Amino acid sequence: MEQETLFTVNVYSENQVGLLNQISIIFTRRNLNIWSLSVSASAIEGVHKFTIACRTTRRNIDAVVKQIEKRIDVLKAFYYTDDEIVYQEVALYKVQTDNILDSPDFEALIRRHNAQILEINRTFAVIQKTGQYSDTQMLYEDLNQYGVLQFARSGRVAITKSTIERVNQFLEMQERRELELNR
Amino acid sequence: MEEYKGITGSEALIRALLAEDVDTIFGYPGGAIMPVFDKLYDFQQELRHILVRHEQGAVHAAQGYARACGRTGVVIVTSGPGATNVITGVADAMIDSTPLVVISGQVPANLLGTDAFQETDVVGITLPITKWSYQVRRPEDIAWAVARAFYIAGTGRPGPVVLDFTKTAQVGKIDFKYEKCSFIRSYTPIPTISEEKLNEAAELINKAKKPFMVYGQGVTLSHAEAELKAFLDKTGIPAAATLLGLSALPSDYKHYKGMLGMHGNIGPNVKTNECDVLIAIGMRFDDRVTGDVNKYARQAKIIHIDIDAAEIGKIIPVDVGILGDAKEVLTRLLPKVEQKEYNDWEDEFDKCAIVERARVIEYEVNPEKGDINMGEVIRCVSIVSHSDAIVVTDVGQNQMMGARYSTFAQTRSMITSGGLGTMGFGLPAAIGAKIACPERAVCFFSGDGGVQMSIQEFGTIMQEHCGVKIIILNNNWLGNVRQWQQMFFEERYSQTRMTNPDFMKISEAYGFKHRRVTRREDLKSAVVEMLADNDSPFVLEVCVIEDGMVFPMIPPGKGVTEIMLNAKEWF
Ligand SMILES: Cc1ncc(C[n+]2csc(CCOP(=O)(O)OP(=O)(O)O)c2C)c(N)n1
Repeated sequence: MEQETLFTVNVYSENQVGLLNQISIIFTRRNLNIWSLSVSASAIEGVHKFTIACRTTRRNIDAVVKQIEKRIDVLKAFYYTDDEIVYQEVALYKVQTDNILDSPDFEALIRRHNAQILEINRTFAVIQKTGQYSDTQMLYEDLNQYGVLQFARSGRVAITKSTIERVNQFLEMQERRELELNR
Repeated sequence: MEEYKGITGSEALIRALLAEDVDTIFGYPGGAIMPVFDKLYDFQQELRHILVRHEQGAVHAAQGYARACGRTGVVIVTSGPGATNVITGVADAMIDSTPLVVISGQVPANLLGTDAFQETDVVGITLPITKWSYQVRRPEDIAWAVARAFYIAGTGRPGPVVLDFTKTAQVGKIDFKYEKCSFIRSYTPIPTISEEKLNEAAELINKAKKPFMVYGQGVTLSHAEAELKAFLDKTGIPAAATLLGLSALPSDYKHYKGMLGMHGNIGPNVKTNECDVLIAIGMRFDDRVTGDVNKYARQAKIIHIDIDAAEIGKIIPVDVGILGDAKEVLTRLLPKVEQKEYNDWEDEFDKCAIVERARVIEYEVNPEKGDINMGEVIRCVSIVSHSDAIVVTDVGQNQMMGARYSTFAQTRSMITSGGLGTMGFGLPAAIGAKIACPERAVCFFSGDGGVQMSIQEFGTIMQEHCGVKIIILNNNWLGNVRQWQQMFFEERYSQTRMTNPDFMKISEAYGFKHRRVTRREDLKSAVVEMLADNDSPFVLEVCVIEDGMVFPMIPPGKGVTEIMLNAKEWF
C-alpha cells in the first residue's frame, strides 16, 4: 500500500453555480473524506478559490486533481504537501466569564498560545487563535479546564512557497490564446 | 448572423440549433417543453424530428447518429420523467465519449425548488454524468448556453451536455443574435503537444524489439484513421483494437491483429505481456481490456497518447505520456520514427491466431452439426454485406460475438455500448445510425433479452420507414449472465431463463418483413433476403444454441495471459 499523506488542493474556478457540488462529488466517488474545505473569492477578479485538505495517497490525489481540472468551469487545480505551503486555520472558543475571571493563569495561557480575546462580557468570552491544527487543538485542551462552551474551527487557507504564480500564468496564456483566435 | 427582434426563447433555441447545422433531432414532447415543440411545427422543413417511443430511445438514437456520422446528436425531451428517462443514455454517452446536446424542459423559473409538477433537479442529477450541464433560466442566456453546449460537446474529448431549459426561457421574448463559441477560458479542448515527449516516445519506439500498438475510439474521434495506418505502415508495428476502437482499421489490414480484452483475440492479449514497448492511443485501459492491472504489461515501457489529461496514468503508470489529439500526435510522430519490419514478432501473433482459429473460431463459425451458433450468423452477415455494413450490437453474448466475428472495411462501422454496457442501447442506436447514414446497411445484432428492453422503438422504425436490419439471436436466455452462472456460480441459473413472445408476430404487427431461421441450411438465404432491400426494415430471428458460450475468455480478476479456450481448457 502506498503511504497516505495530507494534501492541500487549491482549485481556481469561474464563479458558476454548482461548482462546489461538482468538485465534492469527485472526492465522494473515490470514497475520500474531505478533511477541511474553504471557499472564497480569490485575489483575481471573478475567480473563486477552493482550498481542500484531504488525506490520501499521491496517486489518488493526482487522479482526483486531474478530474477536477477536467470540469469545464475549473481554471486550474493544484495539490501540495504541507512543506510546500504556508497554511493556517482560525479557531474560536467560547468560555464562561465567571470561570476565567478569578483564574490567576488565564492571562498567561492566552499569551503563551498567542491567542486573542475578541469579546468579553458578563457571561462569556470569545477567544481567537490562528495557527495549525495542532496549535488550535492544544489551546482547546488547555482552555477546557475552564470549560469550553463552544468551539469552531475553520478550514485551512494556504499560500504556496513557490516563486511562480501558476494561475496568473495560466490566465495570461489563455488571454493570448483568445486574442489569437479572434485575430 | 442576422439579428432576430422580439422572438421567443423557443424560436431562439431552434434558430441556434440551425446555426449549429443541426438537421435532425430525437425527442418526445411534454408539458414543460411544449413551447419548443410548438415552434418546431414552423420548422418542419429545416429540422427533422424523430419521435421515439421512450426518451431513453431518443438518447441512444442520438448516440447511434453521432457515432455513425461524427456530428453532435441532439435530443429534446420534457421535464421530470422525460428528463430522468434520458439518464441512462447520458451516462452511456459520457463513458463512451459521445457528443450529445440534450435539452430538457423545466418548470418556470419562479417554481424552481418548490417540488412543482414534473420538477426534478436535472442539473443536480446529471452533473456527474455530463461534460457540462446548465440550467437556462432567462431567454437572454440561450445564445450563450447553446453555443457553449455545442462547443463543449463536440470538441476535445467529446461528451454529453445537458441544458435544462426553464419554461420561462422558452416563452420570454428577446432580440436574438447567435454566435458560435470557439473559446472558453477555463477549457482547453486541444492541448499543446510537448515536442520533448514526442522525442522520448520516438526514441523508445525506434529502439524497440517488440513494439505493440493498442488503440481505442480516440483514433476514430480524432479522425486519425489514415494517420494511424500510415504510422503502422512505416513502423511495421502490429496493432490491436479495443471494443470501441474496432473498425478504425480495416479487418484485413496486414498489421491489424484483432481485438483486446476479456473476449478479445489471444494474440493481442498474450503479446501485451511480451512486448517491450506498448503504445496506447485513444484508449483508457478499461478493466475489461486489462484484466488484473497488477499483471498487465509489467515488462513493457508504456507510451500513452490521449487528449484527456485525466486518463494518463489513471490506471497504468506510464513511461511517456503524450497529451494531445491523436491525429496531430501521429502526424508529428511519423517523421521521427524509423521505417521497420518486425516479421518474426508479427509471426508470433499469427501463431496465436492459428491456435485460436483451430481451437475456438472453427467450432463457432463452421460447425457441421447441432444448433446454429451466434458466431456463424454474424460471420454470414459480414460475408453477405461484404464487411460494409454498420454493425450495431446490444449487450451480452450477441455483442461479444458481434465484435469478434464481424469484419469491417470502413471506419465508424461498429456501434456498441462499451463503458456502460447498456442493454436496450442497440435498437435505438441502430435507428440513429441509419438516419445518419441511410445509404449504408445497418445490421443490429441483439439478444432476445436486450431487444425487449427497447422493443417499443419498433414504432419509431415503422413511423420513420427506417431500414434497419434487426437480427435477434434468440437463445431463450439472458445468455451472457447464464454463461457466468455456468462458469462461476455452479450452474445455478437464477432468473436468466426467458419466456419470449413470438417475435414474428410482433414484426408483423409493425408491418416489417420478417423471417425466422431454425436450420443452418436456411441461414444464408435469409441473410441475403434481409439485405436485398436497403431501405426497408427487416426482422431476422435466428434460433441459436441455448447454452452457447463466448470464448476465449479471460475470467474476471485474471491477467491478460490467463485465457480459457472453452469451459475446461486454458490457453
Ligand atoms: C440495462 C442492463 N441490465 C442488465 C445488464 C446485465 N446483463 C449483461 S448481459 C445480460 C444478458 C443479455 O441477454 P440477452 O439480451 O438475451 O443477450 P445474450 O447475452 O443472450 O446475447 C444482462 C442481463 C445490462 N448489461 N444492462
